[in-house]
Amino acid sequence: MALEVMSPGLLTTVQDLGRPGYQRFGVPVAGAMDRYAFQAANSLVCNPPGAAALEITMAGPQLRATEDCLIAVAGADLGLRVNGARMPLWMSVFVRRGYDISFDGRRGGCRAYLAVAGGIEVPRVMGSRATYLRGGFGGHGGRALAEGDALPVGATNVYLFGQAGKEWPDSLRPPCSDAPTVEVILGPQDDHFTEEGISTFLSEEYSVDGLSDRMGCRLRGTRIQHRSSADIVSDGIVLGAVQVPADGQPIVMMADRQTTGGYPKIAVVASADIPLLAQCMPGGSRVRFRETTVEAAQMRYRKMLCALKGIPQSDSPWSTARGENNRGN
Amino acid sequence: MIPTAWPRYLPAGDAALVVEFGDGINEAVNLQVRALAQSLAQAAMEGFGEAVITYRSLLVHYDPARWTYDDALRMVRERVSSAGQAQTAEGRLIEVPTVYGGDFGLDLEYVAAHNGLTAEEVIRLHTGADYPVYMLGFTPGFPYLGGLPPIIAAPRLETPRPRVPAGSVGIAGQQTGVYPVESPGGWRIIGRTPLRLFDPLRDPPALLSPGDRVRFVAISPAEFDNGA
Repeated sequence: MALEVMSPGLLTTVQDLGRPGYQRFGVPVAGAMDRYAFQAANSLVCNPPGAAALEITMAGPQLRATEDCLIAVAGADLGLRVNGARMPLWMSVFVRRGYDISFDGRRGGCRAYLAVAGGIEVPRVMGSRATYLRGGFGGHGGRALAEGDALPVGATNVYLFGQAGKEWPDSLRPPCSDAPTVEVILGPQDDHFTEEGISTFLSEEYSVDGLSDRMGCRLRGTRIQHRSSADIVSDGIVLGAVQVPADGQPIVMMADRQTTGGYPKIAVVASADIPLLAQCMPGGSRVRFRETTVEAAQMRYRKMLCALKGIPQSDSPWSTARGENNRGN
Repeated sequence: MIPTAWPRYLPAGDAALVVEFGDGINEAVNLQVRALAQSLAQAAMEGFGEAVITYRSLLVHYDPARWTYDDALRMVRERVSSAGQAQTAEGRLIEVPTVYGGDFGLDLEYVAAHNGLTAEEVIRLHTGADYPVYMLGFTPGFPYLGGLPPIIAAPRLETPRPRVPAGSVGIAGQQTGVYPVESPGGWRIIGRTPLRLFDPLRDPPALLSPGDRVRFVAISPAEFDNGA
């Protein structure tokens, strides 16, 4: 069974949860930018959470299934259609052999995840099916999809009809906003910035530059002031680290980030808020930062894990921010 | 900077912490980083992920569903105490065969002239030192090497080249290194090696590891073609 690519969309890549054990070799983790939507899509088609799926950016592809299959799309609303009919997101959808899966236009968010029961079965590189575009390896030939590609899909025991129509609870879908507020834990190099610099970072609105990509979310706004040098002895970069080079413009390091870097890091975005950044539009979205503690951020992360396991929550991992996160819409 | 006692422990977000052993580049500090990395790898505690070695700090990833920051920190501190007495595995000496100059090293003459030396003297000095590998980063397989003789240091190109061939051996400021893959670059290129420093399909994918020592060995262009 394969998904044939009739047209590739703007930037569609095979991703999974990345290759986290190879950073010592300078190999970026890569993987889905919005790990929550990615795992939710997999869950809806009864895949293991790390099964490979498609990350679809802004303008979606046109695909054709060579056999009956079950798909789910979660994350950004890019206008999903199956055989020409509009289909909901966050829901498992039965796709008949020969039907087209297409996207008619972005309504919100930036990245959507298309999971298919059985998973996309391209060869693993360093244990993962994630595409690392800069390095040209992983995923489907180390590159974005192109017209004429055929993506092998694994076998599945799922009874397709029976599992179709499963819906992800609305209360467990992250807020889709063009102007999210994300929480950060200050450090490890917050001591490289003046008090004014930190205050600026935590109060100003930053716009997401058009050059933002899978490596980093580049932000433009009021300069963040360093105490003295904007260089540090190169050290490790975690997902969500906010580097601030000499120009005072912050960059949030994302899935394809370099493993080491020489700019001071003023803060790190809370794990539960990385999906919100992954949905920001280059050249469109704006971001604000709010300080939180490690403990509070970890609590939200655990809530997010419970949400992925389908454990009902009294409040969602994003509920405290929901008020602000709707202000942009 | 307020002086602090080493090591320093800092949270790096909600799923990692940093252990800093100093604030400069020197082998003694890097050895402590590697010793802790080795100790953590040997302990292989559940809920702890990769520990990334850099010049003077170790970035330790942990699963926040398993560990609070305080508990993760306590575990790491314990390893720091025991790692102090541990012997790290001996780093390997890796020879990097290199063709110097000509088409393989377009900037060799520049580096020589810049330092008032002949090209032969630059080659002799470059091949005469052992270079410790402090860490890998920047791009897959790229080694950060210490120990460049200051007398052959040279500034970066003002305008980087759009394409520097894979295997290029270069000098930038006080650093020397090798480009594992073709990429744009501003280093002064003095030679090229046929060795593949990085291969995603190889296990391990990178030829070099922190703690190794690199020695450059001059070879002829004919030997380069045989080794490629």
